[in-house]
Amino acid sequence: MTLLIKGAQPYGEDAVDILVRDGVIAAIGEDLSVSTGRTIDATGLVALPGLVDLHTHLREPGREDTETVLTGSRAAALGGYTAVHAMANTDPVADTAGVVEQVWRLGGDAGLVDVVPVGAVTVGLGGTQLAELGAMADSAARVRVFSDDGKCVSDPALMRRALEYVKALDGVVAQHAEEPRLTVGAQMHEGDRSARLGLTGWPAVAEEAIIARDVLLAEHVGARLHVCHVSTAGSVELVRWAKSRGVEVTAEVTPHHLLLTDAQAEGYDATFKVNPPLRTAEDVAALRAGLADGTVDAVATDHAPHAGEDKECEWSAARPGMLGLEQALSVVVDTMVDTGLLTWREVADRMSVRPARIGRLAHQGRPIAVGEPANLVLLDPAARAVVDPAALASKSRNSPYAGRELPGRVVHTLLRGELSVLDGKVQK
Amino acid sequence: MRRHLLESADLDRADATLVLDTAAQIESALAGREVKKLPTLRGRTVVNLFFEDSTRTRISFELAAKRLSADVINFSAKGSSVSKGESLKDTALTLEAMGADGIVVRHGSSGAPHRLATWVAGSVVNAGDGTHEHPTQALLDAYTIRQRLGRLEGVRVVITGDVLHSRVARSNVWLLHTLGAEVTLVAPPTLLPVGVGSWPVTVSYDLDAVLPQADVVMMLRVQGERMNASFFPSAREYSRRYGLDATRMAKLADDAIVMHPGPMNRGMEIAADVADSPRSTIVEQVGNGVSVRMAVLYLLLGGPA
Repeated sequence: MTLLIKGAQPYGEDAVDILVRDGVIAAIGEDLSVSTGRTIDATGLVALPGLVDLHTHLREPGREDTETVLTGSRAAALGGYTAVHAMANTDPVADTAGVVEQVWRLGGDAGLVDVVPVGAVTVGLGGTQLAELGAMADSAARVRVFSDDGKCVSDPALMRRALEYVKALDGVVAQHAEEPRLTVGAQMHEGDRSARLGLTGWPAVAEEAIIARDVLLAEHVGARLHVCHVSTAGSVELVRWAKSRGVEVTAEVTPHHLLLTDAQAEGYDATFKVNPPLRTAEDVAALRAGLADGTVDAVATDHAPHAGEDKECEWSAARPGMLGLEQALSVVVDTMVDTGLLTWREVADRMSVRPARIGRLAHQGRPIAVGEPANLVLLDPAARAVVDPAALASKSRNSPYAGRELPGRVVHTLLRGELSVLDGKVQK
Repeated sequence: MRRHLLESADLDRADATLVLDTAAQIESALAGREVKKLPTLRGRTVVNLFFEDSTRTRISFELAAKRLSADVINFSAKGSSVSKGESLKDTALTLEAMGADGIVVRHGSSGAPHRLATWVAGSVVNAGDGTHEHPTQALLDAYTIRQRLGRLEGVRVVITGDVLHSRVARSNVWLLHTLGAEVTLVAPPTLLPVGVGSWPVTVSYDLDAVLPQADVVMMLRVQGERMNASFFPSAREYSRRYGLDATRMAKLADDAIVMHPGPMNRGMEIAADVADSPRSTIVEQVGNGVSVRMAVLYLLLGGPA
């Protein structure tokens, strides 16, 4: 199959034509032409390598009423993603080769993005016994990222063993950093607002204490550590310090932590309840600065679909989490590109290149160059739209961006040369 | 007046003063009457929607609504559809369909009345939500202070106890500040919220040091079980450092008053001889609660149907 993309701007730079043949970028140049195949006009569109998400909740198996691998794949493709890491906190938990292979196979069937299963670190996310990490790594799903996300691997001895063990698998432990004894009943960021709203506080120190411990453990045993959804200025400082010591640590930030603050808790709309919680404006500024200088390696969505009844309720009864796949790139354009904090090349680095490297995905996050896999997103950076949750491809509606105008529209997405999204419409 | 009474932080000085003045008018209108009832809310329906047990607050609201001639329905979560898993929203829509004009809600989750207010057309009155607010308690406390001391402006109020978990403390902080009083919070640091520094109050850890300047001492209920989560070492140590006994009470100025929102833990935060002393307004607070809640219901629901 042949596809000619006319007039696209790789990394926002000079417009060129990109010829895609048999899933690979066959030529890049001016005034390319083909006799067969499809041609799409990409004038004014920025081309980036297909985005890679390190942190997606696809809810299948177990909560297919809120998302499936198929609906989540559609949302991902519409967001410009060509690979997503499916978190392990499903029902049953993805803690065996059988479950990760099931998710991997469902992703292949959907065929819109590479669905890369994350394996649980501990059996049933129970935090007491290592899951069969080797079996998951050796399975068809080729698991390299292990996480109990949603729960912290809080036992320091167990965390040490996990960090050590995955070295043999070229794996990484992605830690949900939350000291559970400091967050009993926690509902929102602990500070001025939680004091007034009467919601139990989730202190920054509960995240930072675990990160401090884990970077020291990773250093001690010489292992790779990835920190999920850093949300505080202090966490950014700790990661920066650890990197300066040569610790092999990487970190991600979510789109919502780049844009929203704990002010959203006013009114008690549980759409804005998330774990870790939305923090202060100072934290948002530090996260943006950390992402800009590369301390924070990646933007990861923590896309967390929830049923209406789990959000249309009392704040303390609501489940934490919010949608992210379809708006992540727009939020990054809004908070990082339009503000001058990131160039398009850096956006590609934080949303594609580095996440692919962290997840050890050889064929994702590759440069836009001849001979490379044709995993691409083409976006219109100037287009602005108001987010309508009812129009989302996700099965759930818990978008924190409802009614908000955001820049940047994903127009086309290509997975190995196949259009998964054409003119903003998902193709499967 | 607004459509709902969700938190005292919402009330400006004019709103709050209107409630207190209306309560005073209602009280004098009923004084000496044989039939303690006004026809104001005839034909209106008030639902007391209580997800937490609170006999005193529910009875106070029930009496207030009945004295205004409203039809009152008590909807207790226990033994109802709620205990069978019905959501707050479905409960709200049910009450809405039945034509409730006012919903008085007590709920264990902070913000539940705010959510309820987005789902119903009627007025919502917060009768205590989680550890957030209990605005009618603050209004009746302000009413009681004004009645005893003749003013609120410049009155020095010391609030002592479990501020962290207290909706009464939060409501009183905002309302008393709005009405010009000076509030000092006294508690062990473990029972003050992180973020208390942003409140318009003075904070002290030393009850003895602040008592001589106080016009009002408001004691908050402290649950003995808090010691299980290490908020303090023991009930005895708490009582020794932060309880109000006769010795401490002697440090107060002659006309200073002692308040407690009830229910009291006698011997824990307040000694029996203090609770029963002439300084104590605890029984008056209960009576004033009915007048203030009548004023609130009248102001919210008393307009043209």
